[in-house]
Amino acid sequence: MLNEMSVQDLEKIFQDKIDNEIKIEPKDWMPDAYRKTNIRQISQHAHSEIVGMLPEGNWISRAPSLKRKAILIAKVQDEAGHGLYLYSGCETLGITREETINDLHSGKAKYSSIFNYPTLTWADMGAIGWLVDGAAILNQVMLTRTSYGPYARAMVRICKEESFHQRQGFEILLVLSKGSDEQKAMCQDSINRWWWPSLMMFGPHDSESTNSEQSMKWKIKRKSNDELRQNFVDMCADQVKILGMKLPDDKLKWNEKTKHYEWGEINWDEFWNVVKGNGPCNKQRLQARKDAWEKGEWVREAAAAFAEKRKTKQQAA
Amino acid sequence: MKNFIRKFYYGDIPDDKAGGDNNETSKNPPLGGRGADWPLWEVFIRSKQGLDHKHVGSLHAADAQMAIENARDVYTRRMEGISIWVVESKYIHASNPEEAGELYEPAVDKIYRHPTFYDLPDEVNHM
Repeated sequence: MLNEMSVQDLEKIFQDKIDNEIKIEPKDWMPDAYRKTNIRQISQHAHSEIVGMLPEGNWISRAPSLKRKAILIAKVQDEAGHGLYLYSGCETLGITREETINDLHSGKAKYSSIFNYPTLTWADMGAIGWLVDGAAILNQVMLTRTSYGPYARAMVRICKEESFHQRQGFEILLVLSKGSDEQKAMCQDSINRWWWPSLMMFGPHDSESTNSEQSMKWKIKRKSNDELRQNFVDMCADQVKILGMKLPDDKLKWNEKTKHYEWGEINWDEFWNVVKGNGPCNKQRLQARKDAWEKGEWVREAAAAFAEKRKTKQQAA
Repeated sequence: MKNFIRKFYYGDIPDDKAGGDNNETSKNPPLGGRGADWPLWEVFIRSKQGLDHKHVGSLHAADAQMAIENARDVYTRRMEGISIWVVESKYIHASNPEEAGELYEPAVDKIYRHPTFYDLPDEVNHM
């Protein structure tokens, strides 16, 4: 039946499904570009979760209390899980896990640039939770309604787990904001350093974003970069008051007419520079991932050998 | 008779129907080494006694026991389950979406299978 249909017919059926909010599932026909866009986006998202473990992993051994250490471990463990949900989702599109990881290591695939910034103080764990996870959540809540079924389902699971990440981050900053002068300064310093990179997480302006229009039509994305960024600024500009801190932007002000905050311009040179691999930690992050693969080889070998042994034993019994 | 059941692995899209070229992916040499080739497993979780196991996702593992242990770590970190099933993805057979029309057609015109088809007086209770 399918063989008799033209590509135009198939594309029409496909777009009708999207327009009627019917999810696309792995075995359904889909345009090649839709498959590729999803592979690119989901794998990039997966890599971000995995590389995202590194800046925080840096502080597990230096967390200020056992409670904070346990929380941080749980958060980093969640991120490993989120990476896995997304890699699995990606595999349903016909790319192997190995290829996906290989693309990360070769530099072909990207991950969120935010993780190329260093975590200098404990307050950064707070700022990452509040701002970086906050920005990620806005994007991910939107993606629970994305048109590709496995991606949407992974996002639902991730969003459920993610909200503790943001709350624990805000709480870290809240505690610091009520502490000594030194702790307050540390809190403000981390907000100063993470604010602009967090705004960059939403990507280039809509007018500059090459993939946006098609992705909106296919409902892979459901809100534009600038729309999400505005939501984020509106949220944070109010939340920062509770901390008694300031966002590092002297152009930030409430606009009574639009009911939105106005703010300054992102340093786009910095953004593209980090995307191209020249951020403070790009090399270090990628090297850590490659080392993890190479130095973990003996673990994979041992697991395979153990599985083999178990099989032989079972057959003998 | 149409081919309603096809050996069709989860997420495995045949080249001729993929809507494009499946093979154009990474041009880099494979990572290689053992463990890069662990099979894919589908994971099903029973969230509480009395409910069905439900598909939650998939993962790679060397064997069934490792798949269950990994599923425990990945899918039940917040007490989401009390029982786990894993099955190697290659053993899942699925109906073919292209044949969905014909496959489910027999049910379409049998509205008398639903209770709402029957018009009874309002006085009839408990039915």
